[in-house]
Amino acid sequence: MMTTGKSDTKIKVNGLSKVFQGRNGDVIALNNVDLEIKQNEFVCIVGPSGCGKSTLLNIIAGLEKKTSGSVLADDKEIEGPGEGRGVVFQQYALFPWKTVLKNVEFGLKLKGVDAVTRRKHAMEYLELVGLKEFAHSYPKELSGGMKQRVAIARAFAAEPEVLLMDEPFGALDAQTRAQLQEELLNIWDNKKKTCFFITHDVEEAVLLGQRVVIMSARPGRIKEVIDVDISYPRTQETKLDPRFVEIKNEIWSKVYQEYLAVKK
Amino acid sequence: MQGEVNTESVIQVQKEKQKPFWKRVDHRVMVFLSLVVGILIWALLSTIPSVNAILTNPVTIAKTFVTELSNQNLVTDIVASIYRVLGGFFLGLLVAIPFAFLMGWYDIFRSLFEPWIQFFRTIPPIALIPLVIVALGVGESAKIAVIFVATFLVMVVSIYQGVRNVDPTLIKAARVLGATDKDIFLEVVVPASFPYILVGVRLGLASAWTTLVAAELTGASKGLGNMIMEAGLYFRMDLVILGIILIGLIGFVMDKGVLWLEKKLAGWQEVSK
Ligand SMILES: Nc1ncnc2c1ncn2[C@@H]1O[C@H](COP(=O)(O)OP(=O)(O)OP(=O)(O)O)[C@@H](O)[C@H]1O
Ligand SMILES: [Mg+2]
Repeated sequence: MMTTGKSDTKIKVNGLSKVFQGRNGDVIALNNVDLEIKQNEFVCIVGPSGCGKSTLLNIIAGLEKKTSGSVLADDKEIEGPGEGRGVVFQQYALFPWKTVLKNVEFGLKLKGVDAVTRRKHAMEYLELVGLKEFAHSYPKELSGGMKQRVAIARAFAAEPEVLLMDEPFGALDAQTRAQLQEELLNIWDNKKKTCFFITHDVEEAVLLGQRVVIMSARPGRIKEVIDVDISYPRTQETKLDPRFVEIKNEIWSKVYQEYLAVKK
Repeated sequence: MQGEVNTESVIQVQKEKQKPFWKRVDHRVMVFLSLVVGILIWALLSTIPSVNAILTNPVTIAKTFVTELSNQNLVTDIVASIYRVLGGFFLGLLVAIPFAFLMGWYDIFRSLFEPWIQFFRTIPPIALIPLVIVALGVGESAKIAVIFVATFLVMVVSIYQGVRNVDPTLIKAARVLGATDKDIFLEVVVPASFPYILVGVRLGLASAWTTLVAAELTGASKGLGNMIMEAGLYFRMDLVILGIILIGLIGFVMDKGVLWLEKKLAGWQEVSK
């Protein structure tokens, strides 16, 4: 168990396939996917719509069953949703009947943490995402960007080692998005988590990730993994870095080829 | 920020000035006016002799109300009616909630019960009265039984809909935070269906109240429906109208009560539409 090579790997996907049985026949969503995510790594994944990104994330989260292959977290086969892996959904998925604070506390409550401790802890994360004053508001009183921040705080507050994010900033305007990207990088840096981040936006992928995984169109498989050799901390200014532009263009053209393949 | 707030209030004031006067009048004042005018028209109409034979004037009704209150009959009737409604209603709610949750949560229960509920739902509960009278007589239990059936059917359908409509991403969100099936039921499914329970309660109470009056009209020793029927036999139109007004008022108050409860307990809902 203590072998140095293994303990460095957090998530290991091996020969993973997923077939959905639909009314119009079977859909191969994932075809023989291999992927390794290291401890504390930030991996982004891009690819044309419908190529199986969410399916891959859901299987890693334990929300969806695989058809074949193996998916390991800490060298153990993933059987279902687990405390070690938190998810941020695109549609926020906040509990509308709970206040912001109660939403953020929820994971800790489920773990049986006492009321005082979990409150302190949740407030800490709300402060981190700049929503301390809204602790007692209900989700309906928040804007989209604020809701997404609560969702991020909720996922982080449960202290998972791995964070899976499915286009969390997809519905946000450019400014809010830029702000949340930097906040996310800050939290990731402070708390040292392993992040798996789906996005449609190549620029976002390059800004956040240490590696960017490009998926190819149906049947979904991994086309290429590209290292982003740009040091952190990264900010919006990093986008002006020539190296950034270079990597972005490279990835973009590869994604575009996949997009053309889908159109055909 | 400060500047924005100020301009906004200025704009408000300007709009206020431009509005014609009937739009500036408070809603409550309008309601009051409407009531006064309505009663005036009623009073005027009742001065016509042929109308007066049926539609007694408001003053007489008010007098009847006072005398009936003092001889205790009216109070007994009201208490009897409310007792039946609440008895049948709470029994219905007590059974409808677990039924609806079982049907929403377990497919087997849905398959077993849904066809029956859908079938009985189409039958007006009043049609069951003769059957119930034969089975249970004309006493309290017969009335409560009819109301129970009526409210149960209305509420079970509405609450069941709520359980089915729980957003699956909320269930997933709870799962990845470590929720067990029990947690998901108590922390997600129950609160998410709560607004539907309140809708069910509202529909159930309305249905209980209308069914009650029908049940009492067919024969009872007391109750508002019975009071109206007996007064009709003796041609006491003032009592009939008083009864009708009281039935309307009590139903209205109950409905407002549930609405108030909804505001208090389910204020977290996003207001859509
Ligand atoms: N529950 C399901 N039943 C049947 N087919 C499904 C189901 N979920 C996904 N699919 C199919 O699997 C494929 C991959 O879907 P997935 O949601 O993973 O794509 P995606 O890469 O996340 O797309 P997007 O970028 O648009 O979110 C699609 O072709 C989709 O039609
Ligand atoms: Mg997706």
